[in-house]
Amino acid sequence: MAGSSVALRPARKRLTDLERKEALSGYLYISPWIVGFIVFTLGPMIASGYYSLTEYPLISSAKFVGLENYARLFQDATFWKSLGNTYYYAIIIVPVGVGGALFCALLLNQKIVGKSILRATFFLPSVTPVVATTMLWMWLFNPSVGLVNYILSLVGIKGPAWLGSTAWSKPALIIMDLWTSVGGNTMLIFLAGLQGIPGELYEASEIDGAGSWRKLWHITLPLLTPSIFLTMVLAVIGCLQVFSTAYVVSSGQSSVGGPSESTLFYMLNLYRHAFMYYEMGYASALAWVFFFMVLVFTLLQIKLSRSWVYYEAGEGTGI
Amino acid sequence: MTSAELTPRRKRRRQTLRADSGDRTSRPNPVVYLPLIILALGFGGPFLWTVMTSLKSPREIYLFPPTLFPSTFAWGNYVEIWTQVPFALFLRNSAVITISTMAGQIISAALVAYGFARFRFPGRNALFLMVLSTLMLPTQVTLVPTFILFRMLGWLDSYKPLIVPLYLGGGAFAIFLFRQFFMTIPKEYDEAAKIDGASSLRVLVQIIVPMSKPVFITLAIFAFLRSWNDFFYPLIYLNTLEKFTLQLGLQYFRRAADAGGEPTEHLLLAAAMVMTAPCIILFLTLQQYFVRGIVATGIKG
Repeated sequence: MAGSSVALRPARKRLTDLERKEALSGYLYISPWIVGFIVFTLGPMIASGYYSLTEYPLISSAKFVGLENYARLFQDATFWKSLGNTYYYAIIIVPVGVGGALFCALLLNQKIVGKSILRATFFLPSVTPVVATTMLWMWLFNPSVGLVNYILSLVGIKGPAWLGSTAWSKPALIIMDLWTSVGGNTMLIFLAGLQGIPGELYEASEIDGAGSWRKLWHITLPLLTPSIFLTMVLAVIGCLQVFSTAYVVSSGQSSVGGPSESTLFYMLNLYRHAFMYYEMGYASALAWVFFFMVLVFTLLQIKLSRSWVYYEAGEGTGI
Repeated sequence: MTSAELTPRRKRRRQTLRADSGDRTSRPNPVVYLPLIILALGFGGPFLWTVMTSLKSPREIYLFPPTLFPSTFAWGNYVEIWTQVPFALFLRNSAVITISTMAGQIISAALVAYGFARFRFPGRNALFLMVLSTLMLPTQVTLVPTFILFRMLGWLDSYKPLIVPLYLGGGAFAIFLFRQFFMTIPKEYDEAAKIDGASSLRVLVQIIVPMSKPVFITLAIFAFLRSWNDFFYPLIYLNTLEKFTLQLGLQYFRRAADAGGEPTEHLLLAAAMVMTAPCIILFLTLQQYFVRGIVATGIKG
């Protein structure tokens, strides 16, 4: 394929009628995407870059203020608070989420009875609408009659107010979001990865006298590192965008991101500025800082991955 | 060449290995079952608890210590949600939005993917790379200007901002998945039809689409869940109660219940379970398409 296209190149300088017709049809078919890309991606990106340099209260037109929004952002205590909340959340949910999903996948990959029922049970929370899961967990976390505190009371612990408490609102949200995500897509990616490990490797290691732990440590985990890397990247991007659960939980209470801003994550802060205070300029600056944050984390992970992700030489993943 | 010769033997070898390893581990290992049962309770338990709560009377849900099973199953809760909350209206709104976005996303992504998979044109690879690059772009960056654009068009508090964008390309992931699948269909089928005088659109509709059923089902599931479970975009774009989706409507009534103080938990949880039911049914009946789609996300990385 590649060879022939190179050979064709000189002749292609001038398109024949037939080729021109084919190209035209091609452009016609992809034209919805081209229009969508310009109107909903490229245009808005340029506009958002410009808006971030303006003061734009939506009711009047945008006024250019230079880097003022960015300067304000670094002095804004709420910005730092939301960043801190987001990192608190991310530092727990990324390793526990990815590790938990890996643990579930390893268990489900064993020869066990009732595998498909178990897999479905693990997976169902991840297809449940977020408002439903949030209402479900708010009920479980109910301080007086909730199941969680009831179970804690059975072992003699007086449970906290969970979502109503400044100290426990974030852990409660983390538990909620782990419940919906651990058995979901990440676990399925790991299961697929596990099925791709050739049985010969285990066979050979057994001849060498390797036990289960050695097999896990020296075969399974190294060969799963590409999947672990992929899921880590996705998990980091996903968790920095945490919004809906926190919004649904806190909008019933005093204010979005409450109690006392303890669940004010980055995206909630952006939402407040854009759609409650209508500070479109400042919100755009927040969006760009977010974009660079995600970019830096992703590039950093790609760079670090070279030292720990194992790619089989030559052969691709080929599916 | 050689690989073709090798495959049968290799396959046989693998099969025997599989059988071996199967025999060796077929004794169920109790160490594996303990965490599995705990996890199953952890994932499934809250569901069970919620279903049971949704079948209790308002008085019974506030009993302490709580009971798992209701003393009498209040099936009436599932009837009451249609009268106490404008549930039918929200359901209709959600259905309208979901069906329109599903259609738009699938039709337009299939057209675009067909263009990328079957036609040669200058800049094709660069454009496809751009499609893929939008996968990594967090939508937050485009959020504010898109909102302003819809506001200028007078589309706020209508379904247009939720539906129209999906008719323009249908999203990078859908385009990618369709294209990958279309590329595996031999071009000879197209050529044969073209010799018979079929137009390219007819080739797509009568040859490519029928052969791509699995990927259509996979993407239909994802499109359904994306739209049905969406909370953020309806929250931003819809303001009047009559236009609310199920997600927004229930959230609104939960807030109202919090403020009013009358216990409506049993009704809200019943409504939440009804709202979840299509997702669960979809997953249980079409599991294999689900898994395939998610694994495909992994391949792109």
